[in-house]
Amino acid sequence: MPEYILLLNQPEAKFDHLSPEEIQSLIAKYSAWRDGLIKRNLLCGGNKLVDRTNRILRTENGKVLVTEGPFSESQEILGGYFIVEAPNYDEAVAIARTCPHLIDGQSIELRQIDITPPPTQH
Amino acid sequence: MTEPTTIPAPTQHPDQPAAQSIDQLVAHLFRREFGRIVSHLTRILGARHLDLAEDVVQHAMLQALNLWPFQGIPNHPKSWLTQVAYHRALDILKRDRRLDFCEDEGELELKAQLKPRPFHPPGEALHFTNEVADEQLSLIFVCCHPSLPRPASVALTLRVVCGFGIAEIARAYLSTEIAITQRLVRAKRTIRDQNIRFEVPGPTQLPDRLEAVLDVLYLLFTEGYAATTGDCLIKNDLCAEAIRLTTSLAENAVTAQPQVHALLALMLFQAARLPARTDAAGDLLLLEEQDRTLWDRSMIHKGLRHLGQAAHGDHLSTYHLQAELAAAHATTECFALTDWEHILTLYDLLRQMQPTPVVLINRAIALAQVEGPAAALDALESIPYDDHGQRYRLRHAAEGEFHRQLGNLPQARTFFQRALSCAQTDPERRFLERKLKSLQKNALRRDDEAKGDTSKGL
Repeated sequence: MPEYILLLNQPEAKFDHLSPEEIQSLIAKYSAWRDGLIKRNLLCGGNKLVDRTNRILRTENGKVLVTEGPFSESQEILGGYFIVEAPNYDEAVAIARTCPHLIDGQSIELRQIDITPPPTQH
Repeated sequence: MTEPTTIPAPTQHPDQPAAQSIDQLVAHLFRREFGRIVSHLTRILGARHLDLAEDVVQHAMLQALNLWPFQGIPNHPKSWLTQVAYHRALDILKRDRRLDFCEDEGELELKAQLKPRPFHPPGEALHFTNEVADEQLSLIFVCCHPSLPRPASVALTLRVVCGFGIAEIARAYLSTEIAITQRLVRAKRTIRDQNIRFEVPGPTQLPDRLEAVLDVLYLLFTEGYAATTGDCLIKNDLCAEAIRLTTSLAENAVTAQPQVHALLALMLFQAARLPARTDAAGDLLLLEEQDRTLWDRSMIHKGLRHLGQAAHGDHLSTYHLQAELAAAHATTECFALTDWEHILTLYDLLRQMQPTPVVLINRAIALAQVEGPAAALDALESIPYDDHGQRYRLRHAAEGEFHRQLGNLPQARTFFQRALSCAQTDPERRFLERKLKSLQKNALRRDDEAKGDTSKGL
């Protein structure tokens, strides 16, 4: 089955002031979503990305420039990702749609992972 | 950059996620753990580091929010949270120590606790229930130290002992987050400046210190119980927390004084009535209108048991009298059987010890039942007005009711309208509007009767 990656975007430092009760309730939501996928054998993995490790490297005139990533409050940064299996892109959208990450001010970018096998050698 | 913090390794490789059940997160687990870990860290590091303890536990919980969605809930969530908090505390202590170089005792103990068991430590296995309960009590005594203003103690207790968030405290007390934050900062500074110790006070200090603690717990409870303002769910939690903490005092050999049992009994009797206090639409019901079969019998029984345990020693506290009053209502089958003379006697005693407007108004209400509305009105009129707007509502509503019973309908209307203008919640407003409407009906009926009379006379 094709694999899809859910790239979770969020503004920085959004959760600092949550209460223990609110934190627990958010975790419970993620956990329920995750458990559902695991039961259907659709979750391949996922990870949190460490905050504030977002330097951007690019070349200009052959020289590599390293800049700090977007740190302004309004800009979204990539906070983590999930990899799921789904029969097709629409099904993957359906999975992403139910992800608890989708609250106001946050977004998910959904991409199919290209796993085209290498051509067989004769 | 954020501080480097050691995070326990995930229990399984993220590529092969195992099913984790959310059942592991029992209700209020994070809130409870917040208080437990803060208490424990404060015991190790001293009350002057309460701020640090609070910060690192909040940090640990945010880390859980960061990681558990991806890694699943760990097998031992409590240990995980404890460990992350301890590591964070050590990191910060190490960073700060660069200035004064020597490791302090607390830091060493913290290290020792982290060393031998890589993943299982302080959370569950190491601690006996008693130890945890004692730490929590010590923290309560720190938060409710007599040198702190009461509102500050209430907020601090809710934050560090009960694990409420700043916004939740602000919601419960109709205050702003900034105001609550400032209150907490000032309280923690006082604790540091006065070098308040993390301990359950010894026998000589106990009476004064305990009085302050009971005061705060009672404030916490009444804020939750009062159907005045603020978020309803949070308010129920305040009652539950007040009962939980008072129970912990009642279960400790040193602090289980008669007045503690009395306060606990009072809270239990009042909380037992909570389910019957509003109707299906959320409207307030008077004691007279409540369905007493909805009262929580087991709570009332518990209350009676503690009231029995309160009957020792020679000190009669206001909590004793208030608990007796609440018991009188809680153990009466129906409103008509209420022993108002007994209740009035108790209010007379309470009035001598605590002549506050609330006590005097409630006494007048009992007096109305014994001697009638005219005597009650006289009693109400002699109560001085204070600056607490909320009490006017109760007072004006009572004045309106007594006038209604005496048939002075215009005066009754005036007072109910005054009460309405001080009302703070929708159920209260609806209650008073109902009262006003029924007055109008009565007035119309009387007009009709009067007309009928005149027509007869003609």
